[in-house]
Amino acid sequence: MSRAEPTGRAPAAPAARAPRPWWTLGLLRSELALTFGRARTLALLGVLAAVPVLIGVAVKTETGGGGGVSDAGAAHGPAFLTQLTNNGLFLVFAALAATLPVFLPMAVGVVAGDAIAGEAHGGTLRYLLVAPAGRTRLLLVKYAATMVFCLVATAVVAVSALVVGALLFPLGDVTTISGTRISFGDGLIRALLIALVVAASLIGLAALGLFVSTLTNSGIAAMAATVGLLITVQILDTVPQLHAIQPYLFSHYWLSFADLLRAPFYWDDIVKNLEIQALYAAVFGSAAWARFTTRDITA
Amino acid sequence: MTDSPGSDGAGPVGGEAVDGAGPADSTGPVDSTGPVDGAGPVIETRGLTKRFRGGQLAVDRLDLTVPAGSVFGFLGPNGSGKTTTIRMLLGLIEPTAGSAALLGRPVPRAARAVLPQVGALIEGPALYGYLTGRDNLVRYDAADPSADPRTRGARVAAALDRVGLGAAAGKRARAYSLGMKQRLGLASALLRPRRLLVLDEPTNGLDPQGMREIRSLVRELAADGTTVFLSSHLLDEIEQVCTHVAVMTGGRLITQGTVAGLAAGVRGRLGVTTPDPGEAARVLKERGATDVVVTESRLTCEAPPDADLAELNAALVLAGVRVRAFGPERASLEDAFVALTGEGFDVAG
Repeated sequence: MSRAEPTGRAPAAPAARAPRPWWTLGLLRSELALTFGRARTLALLGVLAAVPVLIGVAVKTETGGGGGVSDAGAAHGPAFLTQLTNNGLFLVFAALAATLPVFLPMAVGVVAGDAIAGEAHGGTLRYLLVAPAGRTRLLLVKYAATMVFCLVATAVVAVSALVVGALLFPLGDVTTISGTRISFGDGLIRALLIALVVAASLIGLAALGLFVSTLTNSGIAAMAATVGLLITVQILDTVPQLHAIQPYLFSHYWLSFADLLRAPFYWDDIVKNLEIQALYAAVFGSAAWARFTTRDITA
Repeated sequence: MTDSPGSDGAGPVGGEAVDGAGPADSTGPVDSTGPVDGAGPVIETRGLTKRFRGGQLAVDRLDLTVPAGSVFGFLGPNGSGKTTTIRMLLGLIEPTAGSAALLGRPVPRAARAVLPQVGALIEGPALYGYLTGRDNLVRYDAADPSADPRTRGARVAAALDRVGLGAAAGKRARAYSLGMKQRLGLASALLRPRRLLVLDEPTNGLDPQGMREIRSLVRELAADGTTVFLSSHLLDEIEQVCTHVAVMTGGRLITQGTVAGLAAGVRGRLGVTTPDPGEAARVLKERGATDVVVTESRLTCEAPPDADLAELNAALVLAGVRVRAFGPERASLEDAFVALTGEGFDVAG
């Protein structure tokens, strides 16, 4: 510790060395280790990984006799199940379509809602801030970690579905929604793209959850509020009389990812989806920042 | 009194001013008895006030000055505003009015530059129950922007050893007893060499042995030149370890100064142990003693201001009073507190 202290009242930045430019990454690493080391996170990911298994096994046993499968269960989702028995890759699309409306956002709501409020509830927030982590940096790190969780959660569903699909069903060329055929390799690339778009679809909700998380000192309350908002928005999205506001709901364009299975791609709704997510991230990210940087930490 | 206990090292400021900070320095190695840039107080508040949104006035125009190198006791009943003050000092709560400076820099504005030099224990420890003791410290250290990640492991181990948790470092914090949690909290304050330690009720939840250990740890740290700001509602704790003290009640500062000075401000009483307390009381009253309190075999009183205690004792013996013990009772901090507030030491309403 070289502590050559300037004498007098010089603008002494004494023992505090200039912060390393990359220390934020160190904090992010600590945050990621904390998030993914928790039993709760692992349980959430486990549930997500189980969904494709359930779908795969159900379809396999239903069609054991070789008959087709009725697509009634996926009334408002894209019709992936019918293709599943011909090509295991379709389990990826089917599983993402099944988890995107409920399971994925719920898991994100839990992680985002708990981000700040959970630390406040445990009292660890005050020690992080006195360390001093810096309020803006802590918030950024929390948001980044939540987004990494979105990505990992989506990847868990996709990879689990790919493995289960490969085990239970044949693999091969992919018939797109438009009816054209693409190679299995192209199909894999599209699956990857779709997973990325699905993960990006959760960005808006993550920002909303983080904002809610800055409002309270109770992690449970923040999680419940975020998941409650998610359900409310999904209900609003189904009420025909509200069609005027529906394009502004963060979940409105979620299932547009199926457009990546068209040939050629149909981008319009996907772009709208990403725009909405960016808008939510900007609005609620700013709100979270405004709230968190000015609030008294009394917990 | 301001001279720090063991001012030899003067800790953080040590004689390392090698960088020839200018000709003004030519007097040679800094006379390191006093902190160099810390000639001023380590904590200084001016009119610091906090009114919570409910309208409750938690801290009322606080003017606090904590000299460098002191072990400063911050005393007050529960609910008197000590913790709110500490939170304002550490930038967790925005003051409603007034200003605060830590190590000569304004907070919360310069908090990022100042706080790495400040270790804190605020309202008890807070831990991640699902992490081990060691991982808890690693987590807190990662949050410090100026902490060197390369020395992290060694510093964490040293801090754990210092508070006697070396053996339990691998246990999950959830399984720690209250005393162990308190020690882990202290360890997080000791992750790096600090110029100031802010310890809010550090002996809470500890058994007598643990309390003794913490007190000797505080003395040790103070001897290294660290200024310790120690809040407590335990008078004897403050009396045992502190050089200075400030007393708060109902959000206001009633007094601050050295412990010795404060206790000296209160006149000690005269105590006499005797099998003849009645006769003794009569003799002492004759000589001008006031406020005489007689119990079975003992009597205490306020000796007359200009009396020679030897004369009083001679008078007692002359009157045939059998004296077993005779002498002034040292005024305790508690006496001082009661004299200042005119009330007991109860939880503020």
